[in-house]
Order: sequence, then structure tokens, then C-alpha cells
Amino acid sequence: MNYNWNWGIFWQTSPDGSGTYLDTLISGLGWTLSTALSAWAIALVLGSIIGVIRTTDSRLAVGLGNAYVELFRNVPLLVQMFLWYFVLPELLPSAMGAAIKQVPPPWGAFVPAVLCLGFFTSARVAEQVRAGIQALPRGQRMAGTALGLEPAQVYRYVLLPMAFRIILPPMTSEFMNIIKNSSIALTIGLMELTGRARSMQEFSFQVFEAFTAATILYISLNVVLVFGMRWLEKRAAVPGFVGPSVSGGH
Amino acid sequence: MFGNFDLDLIWRSAPYLFREGMTFTLTLTALATVGGVIFGTLLAMMRLSSYKWLGRVAAGYVNLMRSVPLLLVIFWFYFLVPYIGAWLIGSATPIQVGAFWSCVITFTLFEAAYFSEIMRAGIQSISRGQTFAGYALGLNYWQMMGNVILPQAFRNMIPLLLTQTIVLFQDTSLVYVLSITDFVGAASKIAQRDGRLIEMYVFVALVYFVICFVASRLVRRLQQRVAIIR
Repeated sequence: MNYNWNWGIFWQTSPDGSGTYLDTLISGLGWTLSTALSAWAIALVLGSIIGVIRTTDSRLAVGLGNAYVELFRNVPLLVQMFLWYFVLPELLPSAMGAAIKQVPPPWGAFVPAVLCLGFFTSARVAEQVRAGIQALPRGQRMAGTALGLEPAQVYRYVLLPMAFRIILPPMTSEFMNIIKNSSIALTIGLMELTGRARSMQEFSFQVFEAFTAATILYISLNVVLVFGMRWLEKRAAVPGFVGPSVSGGH
Repeated sequence: MFGNFDLDLIWRSAPYLFREGMTFTLTLTALATVGGVIFGTLLAMMRLSSYKWLGRVAAGYVNLMRSVPLLLVIFWFYFLVPYIGAWLIGSATPIQVGAFWSCVITFTLFEAAYFSEIMRAGIQSISRGQTFAGYALGLNYWQMMGNVILPQAFRNMIPLLLTQTIVLFQDTSLVYVLSITDFVGAASKIAQRDGRLIEMYVFVALVYFVICFVASRLVRRLQQRVAIIR
């Protein structure tokens, strides 16, 4: 195999002139994290609301919640990314659409990527929250009501504190998914970690070094996350309650 | 807004989109599902085997695949594995299998990690007594697995495996980054050529939605039918 190994490539200046190749990869990691964290904030808030709505007694609200989840679950993330980036500005009033298109990089790609990932993941979070609430014994809701709590108070003080503990493990994998899925933002030009590795490979031809570095960074991120969540799970554990195991999905 | 939505363009390009793009997408999905379930089952058996090291190898593989974005895995297999293959067999030139087979191999090996977790749960759901009963009847390990455990594990897990196949079907759209003419790629080409991004991407989203929605409904119905009554 004719391949010129050059692990020193990381300390060479990258063509964009902002520092070494290692610096650009680290900055890519920064964009991956900021995209994932901002999207996670949206996903958590929106997903919790939709998840709660789907466990209420109103058939209309449950139907709307279900439709929301089905909508975001049955279209590939890549296509959703294109819809947010290419199609949405065209559907808005033309002045607003033009203003959106003129947002300079990286924000022009960052904002749609965050919105896309946030909404996509919110549907999955909503599914977990619903499952978590429904996994609780029915008596808990009745007991809350019998104590004289308003429906909102039943959720706030009785159901949600338990439900969120139950769904911590699947939420961990959702959080990992959002980090991994943020790589799809490279298709709309966001230079996150995978995008940086790809462009490093194109400029330097050191394909092994570039992708190995990115892979190691993703794995390290995962390891940190798993340990962090394990710690959180232990701290939040309620004796006698175990979360449901969830497999599959991305 | 939708005032100049060019429906005619969709009508004209649909045959191309389905003939070129959807055929690729569906073939890739089918091959990767079959390959992924077979390799995934092997991985699950490795993890549950009594050889500790075999289990560790399988667990390492599954964890590695699950912690790296699919896009990066696609790049690895497209750009790097041809070199690694050449190095393994001592050839001077990278081994090129073409874009299609590169995608099939990538998705088979990537999804196997996810299928293996489903199959592992399926195998574990069969009571241990059945294993002992198999051995007591004089079956060897492969006969016991092939005739007793796996058929039940597989049947139990059909709904989950199919749900994962729907995810796989959606994920194949990521081969777009290799400029391959899958369904999204085909639509993208027309969108760029005619400058009609809205029509093409809305249409693509609609087609995926209909297929995945109907498929997941069918899986839900199937779920009730395959459930083994105990």
C-alpha cells in the first residue's frame, strides 16, 4: 500500500490560515458541541411539552401531539436539513427570506442546523417522555388528584419527577444521537467536526490522519458523556425504580 | 409562497427519481438489512457466548460503531477501507468495489451494530431452560441455536427489526455526501439543474413520509400478529 503517513500534519498550518490543522479540528469539535447543546435545549423543552400533551385526556391534543411526532420521525434528517436551509426561507415573506439568506457564515448554517436538529430530536424526546409517564403506575396520577392537586401540579410534583428519572438512560442515547446527528449539518456547509475532517482530507490528502483524529474525538466525547450520565443516574436514582431498556434507533 | 410551485416538474421528473433513485435506495436498504441482520445475529451470539474474549471483541465493535456518526463511517469505508483492504492482501493499488458495493458494505457493517442489540435482547428473552432442554435432547450448540433459540428470538424481534429497517431506509439518504444518485441524490441533481429546490425537496420529504408512515403502521399491526401467546 502506497500511503505517505504524516502524523505531523496536525501541527502544520491549515490553508484557511487560522492556525494549525489541529486547531481547525478542535474548533470543529466546538461547533459540534455548540450545535448539539443548543439543539438539545430546544429538544428538551419542546419534547417535554409534546410528551406531556400526549398523556392528557384531550383527544384533540393527543392527536396533534401524535401528528407532530409522526411528521418528524418519518422524514430523513438529511431531507429535513434541506427543508430548513433551502425551502423555509422561500416560504417566508420575501423580505424576511432574503434577510435569512444573507446571514453570513457560519451563522447562516448554524441556525437552521440547530432548529432542524432541535425539532427532529424533540419528537424523539416526546416519545420517551410519553413512555416514561405511561410507565408510571396509574395510581400515582389518581393519588395526586385525590390530594387536591391541579392537573398541572400533578405533572409538576408527582409524575414528571419520576418520569424523567425513568427515562434518563434512553435520554442519554438521545443526547449521543444529537451529537452524532449534528455531523449531517455539514451538508448545508456547517464546518463541524466531520466537516473539518473532510476538508482537511481534501486539502492535505492525509485521509487516515484526518478521519482517525475525528473518530477519536467523537469516541472521547461519548466516553465523557457516558460517565457523566452514569453519575447523574446514580444521583437521581430512586430505590426500587429501574428505567426501561430501549434498543435500536439512532 | 406556493404560487409558482412547479407541479409539472415533479410530474416530469418522477419517473427518473423512482427508476434511478428509489431503486438504488431500496436495493441498498434490502441488502443492508439482510446482511446487517445476519452479521448482527453473529455479533449477538458472540456477546452471549461463554468465551469472554469473543464477547469483548463484539462489544468493542458495537460500541465503536455506535459512538461514531454514520457520515464519518461512510467516509471511512469510501476513502480508507480500500487502502486497508489493499494492505491486508499485500496489493499495491487500493481495492475499489464501486460506490454501490461500498455503500452496501458500509450500511451492513454499521447497522449490524444496531441489529445485534435487538437480536441480543431477543435471544435473552428466550428462557434458559430451552437451552438446557436442547442440550438434553442431544443437540449440539449450532443445532440448538438454529432450531430452538434463534427462530423464536427472531420471531419475537421482527417488529423491532423492521422498525430499525425503516430507520436504515431513511439513513441511506446520507450517501448523498458521496454524490451518489439515491432518491435524495437524484432529486438534488434535478433541483440544482433547474434551480427548483423547493419543489424537489418538498416532494422528496413527502415520498419518504408516506413510505415510512405506512411501513410503520404495518409494523404496528404485525406486532400484534406475531406476538407469541404464552
